[in-house]
Amino acid sequence: MPAMGEGKATSVGEPDPSRTAGRILWATVQGLAMVGDWVSLRARPGPGVSYSAMTELLARIAQRTDPAAFHELYQSYGPRVKVYLVRRGVDAATAEDLAQETLLTVWRRAALFSSEKGSASTWIFTIARNLWIDRLRKEVPWQELPAAHAAQTSPEPLPDEVVAEGEVQLRVRAALAELPAEQQRVIELAYLEGLSHGEIAARLGLPLGTVKSRVRIAYQRMRAAVEDLK
Amino acid sequence: MTITHHLGTETLMSFAAGTLPSALSAVAAAHIVMCRHCRDELVWCERIGAALLDGLPPMPLDDAAPAVPALPQIEPQNPARLGGNAFNPILRLARTDFADVAWRRIGIGLWHRPLPLQGQGALQLIKAAPGAAVPEHSHGGGELTLILRGAMSDATGRYVAGDVADLDAEIEHTPVADLGAGCVCAIANEVPTRFRGLLARLLQPWHGL
Repeated sequence: MPAMGEGKATSVGEPDPSRTAGRILWATVQGLAMVGDWVSLRARPGPGVSYSAMTELLARIAQRTDPAAFHELYQSYGPRVKVYLVRRGVDAATAEDLAQETLLTVWRRAALFSSEKGSASTWIFTIARNLWIDRLRKEVPWQELPAAHAAQTSPEPLPDEVVAEGEVQLRVRAALAELPAEQQRVIELAYLEGLSHGEIAARLGLPLGTVKSRVRIAYQRMRAAVEDLK
Repeated sequence: MTITHHLGTETLMSFAAGTLPSALSAVAAAHIVMCRHCRDELVWCERIGAALLDGLPPMPLDDAAPAVPALPQIEPQNPARLGGNAFNPILRLARTDFADVAWRRIGIGLWHRPLPLQGQGALQLIKAAPGAAVPEHSHGGGELTLILRGAMSDATGRYVAGDVADLDAEIEHTPVADLGAGCVCAIANEVPTRFRGLLARLLQPWHGL
């Protein structure tokens, strides 16, 4: 399992911003990304995933329906999706079933992935979240929201997009890690435990307005952290 | 269609986390498929979920990876599905001329139609004749109003088709339909709406608001 299990970035080796040169530079950037993974360990210690590697796996699945690539993606994300669902109150066996289903959905729809949906992690997060809403809240999956142009298959993102999205995702993580503990708590209760803002207010004994302002601040910190990128 | 009124950050964050009450979620989804700005904003909010997912300590899987079904060709989703309308009764209705909606009159120049909903909150369509006002009301929880046809105005501005009014519990307002075409909108409430005034209280049993 190459390039997994460590927090890595693709932040060095500024790619040619020109999109026309992009495809030619693909292989080069892949190499630079690996160097970047190594160099930027300083920036993002701790467990995580390599965004460039994950996006490449998605591209391999999309282009060649590559079972080996699926297996790698599954090994990386399956355990995380499972624990995400367990945090939401799903029993371990069901969580594992839904984790499998999440990744099988990725397999079936890999050709629909586009960088507009964020990183591979972002896309997988939304699939897992929607499955949870659909199966466990037994609600119509309102949130099935592919972009209007998603029917156009674009399995191979341009290298500069891959690098930029990996960097974005790392900065988002870093911004969240730097939030004061009480703000992190609010974000985790919402995203991981699946509590509404009202439920968070009740759980923490806070006014609803305070919960909402913490949510807003977390969002603003994240956007500020990536302002120079996009 | 130029959309100038968008979903608030807190609403998008809840939507991204998957915790927005389902009535609000339905209206938010109907706006998002029409609104590039909110689609992009939603992806930002979803990146937070992705960052948290990536940071979770992996939990060992009991089973090996499932065998993947052979796919001779990955099929793009049915385009009819891509608009989300297969899942979204509001959008489905928005693409009709509302002729087949069984409206119920609830006041002078005012009709409504509750939409069936699983989960939390109340969802309904409101049709207002030109110049008609929805009685002044405030909400105990969040309210989302999506304009589907025509336009309306209240103290916070003028709303045209595609615009969404994302109001929280503190706001009281009296939306008025435009004089030209009137207005059809979808309204989602987290909790039942409180109307002020005698007329409104008389209307409330019929409203189901």
